[in-house]
Amino acid sequence: MSTSRRPTMIGNALAQVGAAGLFLFSILAAIPKSLRHFRETLRQIWFVGAMSLVIIMTCGLFVGMVLSLQLYYTLAKFGGTAALGTVVALSLFRELGPVVTALLFAGRAGTSMTAEIGLMRATDQLSAMEMMAVDPLAYVVAPRFLAGIVAMPLLACVFNALGILGAHLVGVSWLGLDNGTFWGNMTSNVDVWNDLVNGVWKSTAFGAVIALIATFEGYTTAPTSEGVAYATTRTVVASSIVVLALDFVMTAFLM
Amino acid sequence: MTQPRRSFQVGTGLFILLGFAALAYLATQTTSVANYTQGDYYTLNAKFSNIGQLKQRAPVKLAGVRIGSVQSIELDPQSLEALVKIGIDTRFTDIPDDSGAAIFTSGLLGDQYVGVQPGGSPLAFKDGDEFILTQSSMQLEDLIGKFLVSGDSPKKPANSDSPTTDDTDPSSK
Repeated sequence: MSTSRRPTMIGNALAQVGAAGLFLFSILAAIPKSLRHFRETLRQIWFVGAMSLVIIMTCGLFVGMVLSLQLYYTLAKFGGTAALGTVVALSLFRELGPVVTALLFAGRAGTSMTAEIGLMRATDQLSAMEMMAVDPLAYVVAPRFLAGIVAMPLLACVFNALGILGAHLVGVSWLGLDNGTFWGNMTSNVDVWNDLVNGVWKSTAFGAVIALIATFEGYTTAPTSEGVAYATTRTVVASSIVVLALDFVMTAFLM
Repeated sequence: MTQPRRSFQVGTGLFILLGFAALAYLATQTTSVANYTQGDYYTLNAKFSNIGQLKQRAPVKLAGVRIGSVQSIELDPQSLEALVKIGIDTRFTDIPDDSGAAIFTSGLLGDQYVGVQPGGSPLAFKDGDEFILTQSSMQLEDLIGKFLVSGDSPKKPANSDSPTTDDTDPSSK
């Protein structure tokens, strides 16, 4: 992981990507060993998933509400308000649910992973673990990676459910759309596998990518307080870009 | 020492449970799975000369209320018409046997459904009966064709005597 003799922008970025790829392989190799510390994985799911529930639920509710409000006025121009439930459900399940949850997850959980591991690096806790023959990849990194993969799709599902409830609240209770029309059109046009489960796959991939970036940035941070600050910022920036780019690629393949 | 550990394990379990509950709720309530769940039903047949975009599991409605769904759509080889098998929920047993079936579109962009127009017969439909009166789905091309044909015919006499057209056209509207 030593820097090249002539560091250029593109060369550096490529080196980062390559190092992250190698890091992914070493995490995957450490996963069997990390199952011995299964309680640590559970604790991370609790910290990364359950503690994010409040922000995910609130945002899901408001995203669903504003989606319903905007689409109602747009669809009303074409006399197609009956399609409100369908459009809200499809856009939530296919796009907004996984992507917005991933962006929130990167801000809420990714940063704390980076800061925690980065501070462990800065205070030589990771070296101390190695001295005690505890593999930090198996004890620190792999549980967080697994927790990201497990928690992200569950959070996206909660986000979707709250979004639908918010859309129902605005569309039916406030704007007066017929309840049966809302659900009936939705159930006849939304498919489980093509729409709902594809979104779950997407969010699983986003969870893996965010957890990989967050742990990688923390693990390879410069061991100073400034380095930890930079690493945390880079986690959010890189996660957001990669999530949005990966979203396009996955949509193109999963459609 | 065991107390805090136990509490986060319970919390993690609850979180995972909540996530799967949300997934199950979405799958069963907001997707097409919701239409699969149907209780006991009895089957009625209806023949249409054109079913348009009618699909399997499309709703069957009476007075706007969903009473069943389309079970299967086949081509009847003898009459060369579409044979639609309709499953009616056993709760609705008192549908007169001279009722009609028509294919409608819900809204402008909505899906097509079978609408049952109740008749006046004292006898009710039984399992395996057939609708005598059916009305096929409206085809946009047919409607345009009819409009063009009916739009042509008044024009030809209108061209022959020009002063009367000004009187007849507003009255026909």
